[in-house]
Amino acid sequence: MPGSFSIAANASSFFTEIGALSHFAGRFFKELFSRPFEFREFLRQCYQMGNKSLVLVAITGFILGLVFTLQSRPTLMEFGAVSWMPSMISISIVREIGPVIIALICAGRIGSSIGAELGSMKVTEQIDAMEVSGTNPFKFLVVTRIFAATLMLPILILIGDFVALVGSALVENVKGDVSFLLYFNQVFEALEFSDLLPATVKSFFFGFAIGLVGCFKGYNSNKGTAGVGKAANSAVVFTSLLLFVIDFIAVFVSDVIYG
Amino acid sequence: MDDLSNNRATSGRTEVISIKGLYKSFGENVVLDDFNMNIYEDENLVLMGKSGSGKSVLIKCVIGLMQPDKGKIEVLGKDITKLGQQEMDELRAEIGFLFQGSALYDSMTVRENLEFPLRRHRNKMNGNRTKDLVMEALENVGLAHTLDLMPAELSGGMQRRVALARALILKPKIIFYDEPTTGLDPITAKEIILLMLDVQKKYNTSSLIITHDVDCARVIANRIILLYEKTNYAEGTFTELSTSPDPKVKAFFK
Repeated sequence: MPGSFSIAANASSFFTEIGALSHFAGRFFKELFSRPFEFREFLRQCYQMGNKSLVLVAITGFILGLVFTLQSRPTLMEFGAVSWMPSMISISIVREIGPVIIALICAGRIGSSIGAELGSMKVTEQIDAMEVSGTNPFKFLVVTRIFAATLMLPILILIGDFVALVGSALVENVKGDVSFLLYFNQVFEALEFSDLLPATVKSFFFGFAIGLVGCFKGYNSNKGTAGVGKAANSAVVFTSLLLFVIDFIAVFVSDVIYG
Repeated sequence: MDDLSNNRATSGRTEVISIKGLYKSFGENVVLDDFNMNIYEDENLVLMGKSGSGKSVLIKCVIGLMQPDKGKIEVLGKDITKLGQQEMDELRAEIGFLFQGSALYDSMTVRENLEFPLRRHRNKMNGNRTKDLVMEALENVGLAHTLDLMPAELSGGMQRRVALARALILKPKIIFYDEPTTGLDPITAKEIILLMLDVQKKYNTSSLIITHDVDCARVIANRIILLYEKTNYAEGTFTELSTSPDPKVKAFFK
């Protein structure tokens, strides 16, 4: 039956892709700890990813905080629990919504950019030119990007979380006449180390996934301009899916650890 | 332009590249089968063949970007199939490569593009020496004023010149040109061909040039090899091949 053949072929292609991705990740760890270290390129990537995503992350975080607070307010008022707003918003944003939404935004911004950049470098033989120049292109292009994404994502997520709380505080200040100082006092009273640690650890994995998939898709893109577009697009789609899988595993593990 | 394809004796000269019995396939598709070729010191060897006949695959096997399935490739006396990564990198410093589409790094300025191979191969070189070499290489191709421009700000011909400057910056003994005049207008193509001749005179390099451009082959080739039916089908000077009675050979020079 053609339908079942198609499902089998898709499943086979999916698992082949997962195998190739795992092999790619293995090569990353092998190259990460071997000399020479491309420190200059790593710093350039940190700047590219961090600085250039900052405004996007800040705007997303701010709107997230505003909308989330505006939407939750009527329900909490109905139960006479508006005073719980800072605790509820801070825990939800820091633990779950902030990391996931900002990681998804970064998958679009950083993942697609890496996929398109490496894809076009491959098509225009820049990767071959690099190898001919005596440079290991995997180390120079892939290791630096994955490592930079892994380190920058937690920072971007922390900034995004903070801006989201500022947005939320603004709504409470305007609608509920709650001062910023009081709002943030309640936020820090509600937050515990066990809220922050799993979210931060999860953020490193999110960054690793974004860098890994973007590099994998770009580095292995097929020749031609269509291949570049496909690399950028599939980097975002595959990373987004992977982010939810990582999130599920992270929530499950932290639930086991912290009860 | 002068016809430089006069007979130059090749016997008794030092081989810089020697390829014997090269075989390369991609799955069922055999690209090269029992291909043999030598390049001698100070020689410009042109490799001609139909599109998709395996010319670029051959050049990538010689530079170590692809592994041949069978056969022996010696570059400057070293069997490249037996070299480790570090030895291969050291050997590559002796080879310049002008890619078909120039392959300049988009995210770097012209200066950074030229500094890139220097930093890789001559780590301990001081900043002033690097600057001097970059300027010298750019002056040689007449583009000293483009130092701080991005590749996207240059025309196709200028990009090809900058790529040539990058290929020359380590003063290589051998240069590979992959379709150096493709996509250029006739005037710019002629400028690039003259530049290649200048380079050969100035640096005493041996060159392997892949081209479809008969004018380019006529001007630059000391010897031409035709890659046809997966192997070296015919070999000779431009005059010998262009007057060949074999219709398959003649077809390339029409």
